[in-house]
Amino acid sequence: MADVIDHPNRTAGSDGRATDARTATGYNFAYLDEQTKRMIRRAILKGVAVPGYQVPFGSREMPLPYGWGTGGIQVTAAVIGPDDTLKVIDQGADDTTNAVNIRSFFAKTAGVATTERTPEASVIQTRHRIPETPLTEEQILVYQVPIPEPLRWLEPREAETRKMHALEEYGAMHVSLYEDIAKFGRITKSYNYPVRVNGRYVMSPSPIPKFDNPKMDRMPALQLFGAGREKRIYAVPPYAEVKSLDFEDHPFTIESWEQCCALCGAEDSYLDEVVTDDKGGKMYVCSDSDYCEQRRAAGHRGDGGDPSYAARHEIPTDRTADGDAS
Amino acid sequence: MNAEAPFSRPSPLLQVRGLTHRYGPHIGCRDVGFDLYPGEVLGIVGESGSGKTTLLKCISGQMEPSEGSVEYQTRDAGLIDLFRMSEARRRLLMRTDWGIVYQNARDGLRMRVSAGANVGERLMAIGDRNYGHIRSEAVDWLERVEMDVGRIDDMPHTFSGGMQQRLQIARNLVTKPRLVFMDEPTSGLDVSVQARLLDLIRGLVRTLGIACVIVTHDLGVVRLLSHRLMVMKGGSVVESGLTDQVLDDPQHPYTQLLVSSILPV
Repeated sequence: MADVIDHPNRTAGSDGRATDARTATGYNFAYLDEQTKRMIRRAILKGVAVPGYQVPFGSREMPLPYGWGTGGIQVTAAVIGPDDTLKVIDQGADDTTNAVNIRSFFAKTAGVATTERTPEASVIQTRHRIPETPLTEEQILVYQVPIPEPLRWLEPREAETRKMHALEEYGAMHVSLYEDIAKFGRITKSYNYPVRVNGRYVMSPSPIPKFDNPKMDRMPALQLFGAGREKRIYAVPPYAEVKSLDFEDHPFTIESWEQCCALCGAEDSYLDEVVTDDKGGKMYVCSDSDYCEQRRAAGHRGDGGDPSYAARHEIPTDRTADGDAS
Repeated sequence: MNAEAPFSRPSPLLQVRGLTHRYGPHIGCRDVGFDLYPGEVLGIVGESGSGKTTLLKCISGQMEPSEGSVEYQTRDAGLIDLFRMSEARRRLLMRTDWGIVYQNARDGLRMRVSAGANVGERLMAIGDRNYGHIRSEAVDWLERVEMDVGRIDDMPHTFSGGMQQRLQIARNLVTKPRLVFMDEPTSGLDVSVQARLLDLIRGLVRTLGIACVIVTHDLGVVRLLSHRLMVMKGGSVVESGLTDQVLDDPQHPYTQLLVSSILPV
C-alpha cells in the first residue's frame, strides 16, 4: 500500500487490488489514475453499446509520443486487471521496439504477467495486425488507431463527418473504391480497408492489412480501438458482423501469396517479404511471429525461402537455405 | 400574378411564401413569394447585392430564412415545408430530387476524384453498388452533356471552365432530379462556350422536363432559358412576369434601367 501514491478520489475498499505489491514505486496501478480509467471505461461501454461509433474521450498525455500507441495503451490500462496476462504485438511481431516497451511498461506499472503466446494472453494490444491464432471469448483485442475517421480523406470537416455518420451518408466511401477500379481495374486499398459494423456505422479498422478484415467478422473476442491523438474510442462487441465495403461486381478479396512461409510452411498466414542479400534474394515469412514459432515447435518446417525463385529470375545463387537456422 | 396563368397545373412543385432573410440589421431579401410548376424555368435577375443568391440559398435549403415558408411537393407526402422536415430527409431530397449547379464549379465538384466518380457519386449515395452500372451511367451522362468520354478518368482540375460546368450538370442530373437550382451557371465563360452551354441546358431542361430556378445578372441567359422572370432590387422583387413581357415592356423604372443597360454589339 505504501508503494502507491494515493489518488484523492480512490477508495481503498473498491480498489484494493490496485495496490498490488508487484507494481513499481510511485505509480498507480496501470499508470493512469482511477478517475481517468473510469472515464475511459465509460467511453468503452458506450462504444460497445453502439458498435463502430466513435466515442470522444479525454485522452491523457502518456509517456510515449503520439503515433506510438497512446490510444491503445490507455484502453489497455483501463481494462487490464492484476490477474490478466498481456501480449503486445507490433506489425505481428512480439519482439519489436514498440511491443517490447509497451509490454515492459505494463509489467512495471501494473505488475501483470506478460506473454508472447497468443492463446495464453487475456488482453492483446496490437498495432496493425490481428493474430493468426483464432481468438476466444476470454480475450480482449486492443487496437492502436492513428486516424479513427474513415470519412476523413473525403471530408476534412469534423462537424460534417459526424453528421454523415449520424445520417448514414456513406455513399462517398464507395467513391474511393470506384476510383481504384477505374484506375487499376481492382480495389487496391490493401490496409485500413473500411468496414461496416453491425449494418450501421462505417468504421476504420486501423491500419491492419485487409487480409485481417475477415477475422474481425463475428470474432468471439471483444475488440476495442483507441486513438490517443484523435481522442476517440470505438469497439466491436463479440460476434458482431463486420463487413468490408465493396461492389457487387468487384467483391472484397484478401491478399494471397504464391509462396508459403519459409520458416514454418504456413499457407494460411499473412507473409512479410524479407530481403536476404543484395542480389535479389528474399524470402517470405509469417508476419505473426508467435504463430510461426508455435508451428515450428509443432514440427512444421518451411522450404527456407523459395528455391525456385533464383532459378526463375536467373539470379546466381550462393546462399543456402537458412530458414531453419532457429 | 397573371403570369402564372399559362402554366397553371394541378399543383406547384415549389411554393414560396413571404420569404424574408435578415443578416443582423441588414435585409438579404424581403417578402418574396412565388410558385414554381413542374417543367417550368424561372429566372431571377438583379444587380449585385440585390439578394438573388440569398434567395437561392434559402429556397434550395442551404440556409434557413428568418421568416416565411418554402414548401416542396415531395413524391410521396405532398407539399412539405423544407425547414420542418428532418435534416436527413432534406439532405436526401437535395441529393436525389434536386440538383444545384454552382457558379464556381469547384464548389459543386469533388476536385480530387475523376470525372466518372463525380458523376457516379450520387448513384453510390443512394445505394448503387454495381461498378459496371455506375460506370455505364457515367459514360451515358458525359455523352449527354457533350463531353469527351475518353476523359472519364481525368481529374476535374484538368478540364476547362466550360467542361467543369458540363460535368457539374451531369453530376446533378444523374439521379434524374425534378428541380435544379443554378447560380450564375455561365459567368466566367467566354461567349462561344456560354452559347453552347446555354443551348445544352435548354435542351436538357426541355427533354427531361426539369423545373429550374436560374439566378443570373445576364439578361441574355434568361431571355434564352427562362419562361418567367423575377427582377430583384434591394432585396425585394420589383417586377415579375413572362420573360418576353418583362424584357420587352418593362414597367418598373429599375427594370427599364436594367434592360437599357445591355450593351449593343
